[in-house]
Amino acid sequence: MSAGAVLILGARSDIGLAVAHAFAARGHAIQLALRDAARAEADRADIALRHGVAVSLHDFDVLDTAGHGAFLDSLPALPQLVVCVIGLLGTQEENRRDPARAALILRSNFEGPAAILERIAERFEARGSGVIVGVSSVAGDRGRASNYVYGAAKAGFTAYLSGLRARLSRAGVRVVTVKPGFVRTAMTAGMQLSPLLTVGPEAVASRIVAVSQGGAEVIYVKRLWWLVMTIIRALPEAIFKKTRF
Amino acid sequence: MLLSGWGRFPRADCRVLRPANAAAVPDVLAGQGAAIARGMGRSYGDSALNPAAVIDMRGLSRLLAFDPETGLLEAEAGVVLGDIIAVFLPRGWFPPVTPGTRFVTLGGMIAADVHGKNHHGAGSIGSHIAWLDLLGADGEVRRCSPTENAELFTLTIGGMGLTGMILRCALRLMPVASGWIRQTQIAAPDLDAALAVFEANMASPYSVAWIDCLATGKALGRSLITLGDHAAPDDLPAERRAQPFAVPARRRLSVPIDAPGWALNGISVKAFNALYHARGLSALGERLVSWDSYFYPLDAVLHWNRIYGRQGFAQFQCVLPLATSRAGLQALLEAISAAGTGSFLAVLKRMGPQESALSFPMEGYTLALDFPARARPLALLERLDRIVLDHGGRFYLAKDSRMKADVLHASDPRAAAFRERREALGLVRHFSSLQSERLGL
Repeated sequence: MSAGAVLILGARSDIGLAVAHAFAARGHAIQLALRDAARAEADRADIALRHGVAVSLHDFDVLDTAGHGAFLDSLPALPQLVVCVIGLLGTQEENRRDPARAALILRSNFEGPAAILERIAERFEARGSGVIVGVSSVAGDRGRASNYVYGAAKAGFTAYLSGLRARLSRAGVRVVTVKPGFVRTAMTAGMQLSPLLTVGPEAVASRIVAVSQGGAEVIYVKRLWWLVMTIIRALPEAIFKKTRF
Repeated sequence: MLLSGWGRFPRADCRVLRPANAAAVPDVLAGQGAAIARGMGRSYGDSALNPAAVIDMRGLSRLLAFDPETGLLEAEAGVVLGDIIAVFLPRGWFPPVTPGTRFVTLGGMIAADVHGKNHHGAGSIGSHIAWLDLLGADGEVRRCSPTENAELFTLTIGGMGLTGMILRCALRLMPVASGWIRQTQIAAPDLDAALAVFEANMASPYSVAWIDCLATGKALGRSLITLGDHAAPDDLPAERRAQPFAVPARRRLSVPIDAPGWALNGISVKAFNALYHARGLSALGERLVSWDSYFYPLDAVLHWNRIYGRQGFAQFQCVLPLATSRAGLQALLEAISAAGTGSFLAVLKRMGPQESALSFPMEGYTLALDFPARARPLALLERLDRIVLDHGGRFYLAKDSRMKADVLHASDPRAAAFRERREALGLVRHFSSLQSERLGL
């Protein structure tokens, strides 16, 4: 695989940094895109020093859709591969009660990521190559009482990636949907997570590296999640609505 | 969270806070009472235990800058030594000083002012630190170096984390020409012979001895001394010269569960020591060994601390001044062999001179032992404490889990001076460990 540049959208997150390290270890130049990018200087230096690759920082706000074109123009090169790990969980109670909060969750997880990936898809399509990896969520597989605002946003993103993949299938551009399940990160710190269904950010990163090279295009990081979500999706509504998870 | 040091004795239920990076530490520390920083938890006793607040520094794991002209590496304090070797040995650089495990953080190495097999020539890690960033109780981060905030710099090196939180540091790496060590193994039939070998080989960059502490009579102090130096590419077999930094991967072993308490007893320890001695005798002379098997033989056995069983073990490491080393070592070895509770691993090493605020090393000989944390061996350790005091020696805080405060203060007047400076600088209320409270530091 030629070591083209990899763009990480949402590079501040634990998964984003793990993905950056994993691609840098394979010789890819890395573009880290995040808000207040200067804060990530230590991470930039660390990736560059450990792996001996070029790493650049780029200010990027996924909600500033009007600025997306200028952001892409500012990159040192159009990347070979983009990984979007942007996500905002919030708490269900707050997301549900406060319409402004709900809008922020929907925009951060769905509208913003969909907008930037569409701009990137146009450029990849014109070039005739590229890989887009969208990190979505098992929460998008079926709306649950405990987090349906976030889940609806992720469901939208999953559907968007599905359509994008179909549209670009003949254009030489791969679109991959990754559903990590539970990941031990700052976002989930303090939560009780089942060890059988939980992975570290490094495991997500190595799966993303693997699927970016070929194979399945919709994956759960832990295969057990496929079984769990297949069952959850298959539950009749009459039963599902009585569940508490 | 139930924590312990590497010796798994003592254990304490500690509240653990885990900042994600150096910038996050001030916020995490603010509002805490007394806290202690913790890295990989490789100090043996209670140096990194504090029930009120343990700050887990492993999130501070970033390399920040490297100057290939000078070898100066800047990094966050939670960076692990093994990562530094993995990144920089292929580029021709090696840590100037390394303890017996590479699973230690930079901050932990500085706090314990660790030494290695090259102490007689290279000193301890502190003499290779260009600067460090220290977070104080006031929330200020101070750059400390031999010329800037010099007192804090001196107190922090070997200061067991009791002067503040080390956030970042700059370490001078050492250029090496290969990943191999030219090793020479020498057998010494008794203590006098062992000391003579050390004195005759002060020019050898690395030297260390395994000492059979169950040998008695004329064999008292029989040792296997291992000398070493970094090999040049020309020293390597022809097929290795093209890639002088590549070494074969070692097999990893692991101790999966606690060994039962009876597994280590006088008989098994004696058998092990006899076997080790016989094996060493068969490997006398010069040969090439890889950097990892030379510096980190025990790292190949994950969780080796479990061989002592659930109750854990106590390390004992002292250093005796040159003038009293011969007599002091003889007295220590006689006490150990008379008690019959031999140490699984006993290590003897010549140290060079060193000036420092609280660091362990001084010119003379250091002896390191470990014993199961049971009543009889612990009583023996108290007798050993007395022998060390009688010979003007002192103790390694990174190994200690059970010493009494009066023993420390009798051995080392610097301890009281260190405590006095901690009080004057307002540090006592903010940075403490179970060890610092036990010892009155």
